[in-house]
Amino acid sequence: MTLTYLTYLFAAFVAAFGFGVMYNVPTRTLFASSISGAIGWLVYYIIAFQFELVLFIGAGAASFLIAFLSQWFARRYKMPVIVFTVPAIIPLVPGGSAYNMMRAFIEGNSEAALMFGTETFLVSGAIALGLSLNSGLFQVFSSRAFGKRDKRYLP
Amino acid sequence: MQQYPVADIMDICVEAGRVMLENGAETYRVEDTLYRIAKSYHLENINVFVVPTALIITVQGYDGLDHTELLRMSDRNTNLEKVSMVNDLSRQLNKKPLPPKKVRDKLTNIKNTPTNFTRFQRNGAMALACGGFTLLFGGSYMEFLPAFIAGGLGHYLFEVVNNWTNVSFFAEMIASFFIGLLAVVFIALGFGQDLNVIIIGSVMSLVPGMAITNSFRDLMAGHLLAGVAVLAKALITAGAIGIGIAIVLAFL
Repeated sequence: MTLTYLTYLFAAFVAAFGFGVMYNVPTRTLFASSISGAIGWLVYYIIAFQFELVLFIGAGAASFLIAFLSQWFARRYKMPVIVFTVPAIIPLVPGGSAYNMMRAFIEGNSEAALMFGTETFLVSGAIALGLSLNSGLFQVFSSRAFGKRDKRYLP
Repeated sequence: MQQYPVADIMDICVEAGRVMLENGAETYRVEDTLYRIAKSYHLENINVFVVPTALIITVQGYDGLDHTELLRMSDRNTNLEKVSMVNDLSRQLNKKPLPPKKVRDKLTNIKNTPTNFTRFQRNGAMALACGGFTLLFGGSYMEFLPAFIAGGLGHYLFEVVNNWTNVSFFAEMIASFFIGLLAVVFIALGFGQDLNVIIIGSVMSLVPGMAITNSFRDLMAGHLLAGVAVLAKALITAGAIGIGIAIVLAFL
């Protein structure tokens, strides 16, 4: 069991690292975003498959945790938050489900397509929800904006 | 407070928006940055509208006249360092507005910044990521190597074909067909057992998972047009990949 966890940590780290290089993040932030990607995927795996809760909750909790880690890293490395968030949520995004959905759709298997489709959209929605919730929380509690509401575009 | 010509300020706003959009910033981030830049020059009635390939900004200048500028562009890559540099620039302007000429020079510097990693390193990293995804989807270490090679070569082929043609659908279909072919060849040579896992892992370099998530964030931010637009493009891309792989599997 520990070996499986280690394999998954390593694989998620490598995936986040690869996409971090691909998206050209500043070099000194690469390790931090890969670590948060690995931790986030492990949390998702544990919640979704070990505790047998719905994928939605697992993805939402994992992306919320990743956003927290990204905020912490952002303050530490003095970089904006997206530089840490984007590579870290790459292992979570439902690429496999999206591919399976389109393949089932093309092969005429509409039940499987519907199932994969709902899985894709639920997990994507959960990730977006987790990130937005965290961003909103930080906006509410940031000392400048507490009490007054400025016209902001950020979700 | 020094007043600069509104046309110059609009020019730098649009230029900053262009740099952000060309390098893969999300819609709401571009709107927010442009709003902040215009606000730091004390302009009134700022309204910004951004979709993935265009932006419109309208401000009311110091003399009470309205100025509008539209930008339309087509080239989109992802370069998070440049996005964060423009973000930093906008925060810097918020503290102290600089003359528009200096800001334009800074933006030109940002545009000409070389990437941190060479093309070979980026392709290699993408190949590693594809191998990692195969492990994440339950493959064994035997399936890492085929996914590594197929994903890396497939992504390289996608970039090459995308440079030739304007229609990225075509490039994705060809790249995914090639990936499927390579995966079948590797299985036939005995380098792994599970074809499906290898294909899913290596195709992750093309799949627009990130775009789907960004479209949901746009929808949540209230920007329905941009959210639906990004979602449509993501579904078309996923369809192209599905078609490419389905062609390979139909002939198995």
